[in-house]
Amino acid sequence: MRTPAIEVKDLRKCYDKVIALDDISFTVEQGTITALLGGNGAGKTTTLAILLGLLLPSSGQVRVLGVDMVHHRYQALARMNFTSPYVDLPHRLTVRENLDIYARLYNVARRRQRIDELAALLDLKDLLQRPSGSLSSGQKTRVALAKALLNQPQVLLLDEPTASLDPDSTERIRGYLLDYQRGSNATVLLASHNMLEVERLCDQVHILKQGRIAAQGTPQALLEQYGRQTLEQVFIDIARGTPE
Amino acid sequence: MKTVIASVERITALVIRYLYLLRGSWPRVIELAYWPTVQMILWGLINTFLARHSDWVAQAAGLFIGAVLLWDVLFRAQLGVAVVFLEEMWSRNLGQLFVTPLRPWEWLTALMMISLLRTLVGVGAAAGLAILLYRYSIFAMGFPLLAFFFNLLVMGWSIGLVVIALILRYGLGAEGLAWALIFAIAPISGIYYPVSALPPWVQPIALALPSTHVFEGMRDLLIGGEFSWLHFNWAVGLNGMYLLLAGMVLLWSFHTARQRNLFLQLGE
Repeated sequence: MRTPAIEVKDLRKCYDKVIALDDISFTVEQGTITALLGGNGAGKTTTLAILLGLLLPSSGQVRVLGVDMVHHRYQALARMNFTSPYVDLPHRLTVRENLDIYARLYNVARRRQRIDELAALLDLKDLLQRPSGSLSSGQKTRVALAKALLNQPQVLLLDEPTASLDPDSTERIRGYLLDYQRGSNATVLLASHNMLEVERLCDQVHILKQGRIAAQGTPQALLEQYGRQTLEQVFIDIARGTPE
Repeated sequence: MKTVIASVERITALVIRYLYLLRGSWPRVIELAYWPTVQMILWGLINTFLARHSDWVAQAAGLFIGAVLLWDVLFRAQLGVAVVFLEEMWSRNLGQLFVTPLRPWEWLTALMMISLLRTLVGVGAAAGLAILLYRYSIFAMGFPLLAFFFNLLVMGWSIGLVVIALILRYGLGAEGLAWALIFAIAPISGIYYPVSALPPWVQPIALALPSTHVFEGMRDLLIGGEFSWLHFNWAVGLNGMYLLLAGMVLLWSFHTARQRNLFLQLGE
């Protein structure tokens, strides 16, 4: 049996008296796309931050690619990457300069070639010489994704990767993600509010509510379990506490 | 060996990024030299005036110009460290940076290299102008200048690390500390007057600062013509201790940031 790419066991995170994560456990198998769903403040971003080693849990265990992320995160970080709406790239630098800096930080071999490959893949060729601050939301999302793919990560953590994008840009981003995941057999964990995206992309879904896992399974299994046609309906049922 | 090369590349990445930032913004470049130059011109005029009316000042050419240039080494060194950190916060890049394989010590090395660069450019320009305007060359101090320079540089780094720790802990609302904190030590560092001019109860506090020993040493050199090894040794010893303490404070603030999710949610 293969080691899961991500293992979370009894994970708890408290800020003073507020419980952000309440003893959650889940695993993400290698080569799959898994969604973390949940309303605002459900604990999605907190979970991703702990998986990246940016945030320390109050208790519990987190392993990514077999590495304990609380104590030995540097052993895994070179093989991971992420995007988040909470971070940005320096606006005055051009897209190529920003990507070049991150390629250096990830010690990517043949940086120029890799950036050109990603520029071709993500339709960024015309943007490479533009300052990052001058890009539209959709263009910024594509650049953020290029940054996240620079080191050909085995584990990709995506926090709302298509938030605030128009349907065309959203569809293109989904396509890029799917191509990358299939081409590299990478493991993708994405936090999203977009149920359609989750239905189309994900093999597994974990739905968080108030820091706990309220439901988990394949999208199809969840639809059957709740007797619903769409994940959005399942999500609303769980959010409002409607019984299965 | 592979690990060392990887570390060097990551440090280089951050230095290059700062150079990109400078290249793309001429106000940033001008700002580097603006205040050191204005300060130097002001104190040069005061020096010229006082030299005609004070034997003490007259016996040491450019006493105040040397003092203000060395003070700017300290100020620029700490500002260099703190501002580069603030640039990361302003561009919301900190969270992204700390999930790369970049180690904290590599990040600190890059900050210090950038700080050195900023200080050399800023103070170097003012020092060059002092030669043209007042025919005073700080470089005439010779090798002792290097001792003064590096001691002030290291002290500036220590203060800069503490400023970073405070901003990391309290958010951008504390960013003013990057410019203000260092001025708390200016009155007791004896920049323009000897430490004996301070009230007796303040003098031991003043002598606990490496900067005080540098400025006392500078006056010994300019007025007495001798390099004070005593002041030099005190400055080095104190700097070693403060740099260690500042590093510990920064590590503590990193730990706190990882407990409170501050790397992704830094704000007011």
